[in-house]
Amino acid sequence: MTHARQLTDAQSVVAACRADFPALDQEVNGHRLVYLDSAASAQQPSAVIDAIARYERHDHANVHRGVHTLSHRATDAYEGARAMLRAFINASSTSEVVFTSGTTESINLVAQSFCRPKLGPGDKVLISHLEHHANIVPWQLVCEQTGAELVVAPINERGEIELDALYALMDDRVRLLAIAHVSNALGTINPVRDIIAEAHSRDIPVLIDGAQGVPHMTVDVKDLDCDFYAFSGHKMFGPTGTGVLYGKETLLDAMPPYKGGGDMILEVSFSGTTFNELPYKFEAGTPNISGVVGFGAAVRYLEELGVHNVESWEHELSQYMTQQLSALEGMRLIGTAEHKAGVQSFLLDDIHPHDLGTILDHQGVAIRTGHHCAMPVMEFFGVPGTARASLALYNNFDDVDRLVAALEKAREIFA
Amino acid sequence: MIAGSMHSDDVRDLYRDLILDHARSPRHFGKLEHVTHSAEGINPLCGDKLRLYLDVDADENIRSAAFEGSGCAISVASASLLTDAVIGLSSDDAMAIFDAVTAQLSGDDSRDDKTVDLGKLRALAGVREYPTRVKCATLAWHALKSALRQDTAPASTE
Repeated sequence: MTHARQLTDAQSVVAACRADFPALDQEVNGHRLVYLDSAASAQQPSAVIDAIARYERHDHANVHRGVHTLSHRATDAYEGARAMLRAFINASSTSEVVFTSGTTESINLVAQSFCRPKLGPGDKVLISHLEHHANIVPWQLVCEQTGAELVVAPINERGEIELDALYALMDDRVRLLAIAHVSNALGTINPVRDIIAEAHSRDIPVLIDGAQGVPHMTVDVKDLDCDFYAFSGHKMFGPTGTGVLYGKETLLDAMPPYKGGGDMILEVSFSGTTFNELPYKFEAGTPNISGVVGFGAAVRYLEELGVHNVESWEHELSQYMTQQLSALEGMRLIGTAEHKAGVQSFLLDDIHPHDLGTILDHQGVAIRTGHHCAMPVMEFFGVPGTARASLALYNNFDDVDRLVAALEKAREIFA
Repeated sequence: MIAGSMHSDDVRDLYRDLILDHARSPRHFGKLEHVTHSAEGINPLCGDKLRLYLDVDADENIRSAAFEGSGCAISVASASLLTDAVIGLSSDDAMAIFDAVTAQLSGDDSRDDKTVDLGKLRALAGVREYPTRVKCATLAWHALKSALRQDTAPASTE
């Protein structure tokens, strides 16, 4: 199949970047790999892999501790990455950029450090029905610990949050609203800016789970006016085990430390200087230095490509994928929101998603199958799981065609 | 370009006609009127869930077997083949088949008991090439073992 489509210059720049990702240059089961599982974890460009190797070979030492040269280099590299991430999300200061092990830890940090002291019986934490387990379970835990109630805003058949219902649930006992920027299972882009404004008009602070947002669109935390924004390095072409919690400085400042036994460590004043300053107060222990160096390299890579260009390319690809999948006989798309990212869940005839996953893998096409850590979403649509194809900047039209061809083969086998 | 590892040439070696037939039209699907033993099998990784029912008489012979639940083609076909295979067997013979099937699926030839004739159950052999799917095929078998042992906890693949 040929694609006689006119790409803009910006789109062409992104389309050419595939060669930067060595993992994509391989055969799986005798076929060129088509990687459509970036929503689970994205591949890394050579720039990231090389930055980590360079750091490990030449610059490694502990950060913020030594007076020797390597410790300086390691600290500069680590703090340099923080400065890049600050600029990337337009935070006011590096004090607002806390490194974590990922989105999950970022959310747990807010649940335990920000919410727990404020919650008691009668208080509420508000989330939506389309959240990832990482934005459900930490709130369940803190509600159990405090006697507070977890309240869930409904979604509609397209997989969009019912905004009127959400706003109606924002009463004066809601202590925090925690909501995804982009649904990992459905691809829905939530109108978080409007939702945040609405919540703030009722004095409700808002945490945004940005794991699926940051890799695909420009995120400006000042413009959004979110109170917290959580995201992961490995979904934006960096290494696993890295993440950020952005928090407004006034809020972070007032929060107790989260790691290291909390109250106990405060009592013995073991390392008052570490805990006194943001963001180090939340970074107890030797951090994932090489990971953060790679995370910084991923940010540089994205900025050089231009996040707007990435957005535009993925939008084009995503529309093509939806259109091609819709044209398949027996296709049921799950998640058909008006505003969507390049994530598409689906079912084909009555073929179980795991069978689809195996048949596609056999043809070199990697997709995710199962509940996508969003079991309440699966329950809403009355399915045990779905197949999910997710796009990233390195995918192209040929990848989509290969997906469709592999699905046609699955239909043949199960015909 | 890195040349990757290869599965067997055709995915149909996994999805053999017999497997697809049992997946589409599972035998003994539903409940039994008279149940003496039953057990649930859960694969928490993929959400496959089934319940196996047995009617075992006083002489420890399996008079009847049935299952219900939902899962992928491999787990449903395996459960369907299981019911076909164990009806009419003694509990001991059914356990011998359990051993032979799980040995076949694990690819452990040292455990391959040549005295057990697997018959149609040989069709499950293709699963061996797909390590991520072996648990789908063994789910019903672990439920069988739990049921015969009258374990109270559900059989889990984890």
